[in-house]
Amino acid sequence: MTSDLLLDLAAVVSLLLGAFLSLAAGVGLVRFPDALSRLHAATKPQVLGLIFVVAAIALEARSWSTLLALTPVLLFQVLTAPISAHMVGRAGYRTGNFRKELMLVDELEDAVDRATRESERTAGDADSDSDSGR
Amino acid sequence: MTERDTFAAARANFVQQLPLLIALVVLWMLLWGAVSWLNLITGFLLALLVTRVFYLPPVELSGRFNPIWFAAFLVRFVGELVFASFQVAFQAFDPRGVRSNAVIAVQLHTRSDFIMTLTAIALSLIPGSLVVEADRERSILYLHALNVGDSAGVDQVRSKVLAVENRLVRALGSSDDVRRTRP
Repeated sequence: MTSDLLLDLAAVVSLLLGAFLSLAAGVGLVRFPDALSRLHAATKPQVLGLIFVVAAIALEARSWSTLLALTPVLLFQVLTAPISAHMVGRAGYRTGNFRKELMLVDELEDAVDRATRESERTAGDADSDSDSGR
Repeated sequence: MTERDTFAAARANFVQQLPLLIALVVLWMLLWGAVSWLNLITGFLLALLVTRVFYLPPVELSGRFNPIWFAAFLVRFVGELVFASFQVAFQAFDPRGVRSNAVIAVQLHTRSDFIMTLTAIALSLIPGSLVVEADRERSILYLHALNVGDSAGVDQVRSKVLAVENRLVRALGSSDDVRRTRP
């Protein structure tokens, strides 16, 4: 009986921690200043939050079949969350959906500038080639 | 190409895809929540169909696996995941809010797509860092880091990324990569 009680208690604590992290993700989504910062709140604490909720379910159900059903839930979350975050982050960066004044350093901008200059130069070369050919 | 050559190529292709096939069958059984012959057979047929219809280029594994370093990676990863999750959670409630972010370029040492992908996934799962762009040719990851206040913070993020890469290479990378990442 006491071990049952302990497991119930652990499930309660996990569920509360998961709820807290989900709440924090929601608050961060509202309070963070720009799209890229909000992505941190939307994708990250929620992974650990889900781990806590799944752990709570596993502790409460205590059966192998539940555990087997829960494993792919976690697996797919862990595999897909970084990809969706990357796609949204990439699109957000390219469309300029972030506040420049909050950016301490932006090393990607430097790289993009360099690549743009380079491609302009090669495009210029190609133009002059076609000019001489004409 | 003779008939025998095509047969050998098909067999090599099948062997290369075997880990993926087994993973798909296991997933099928997990989704049904039961291990049975019927699940095994239908799972195998579906896995064959899926790998034919949604063809993916085969992943080039290094063939090296060090379980001790992999365990070390997992332990550190879970530790950082928990620590950083609560850090971002408290930043959300912090009355001062987020004051400054940074996009940081990190030059990785590895030349393998597999290690680079795993590093990017691990970093994306750890709160506070987000991969906005990846330069595969030059093995450079561009990360967006939350609440980085000064250049010391930038260096800290960079060394954290390289540490993750280092552990992954020691667990799964080729011996060539291991030599490259050794400081």
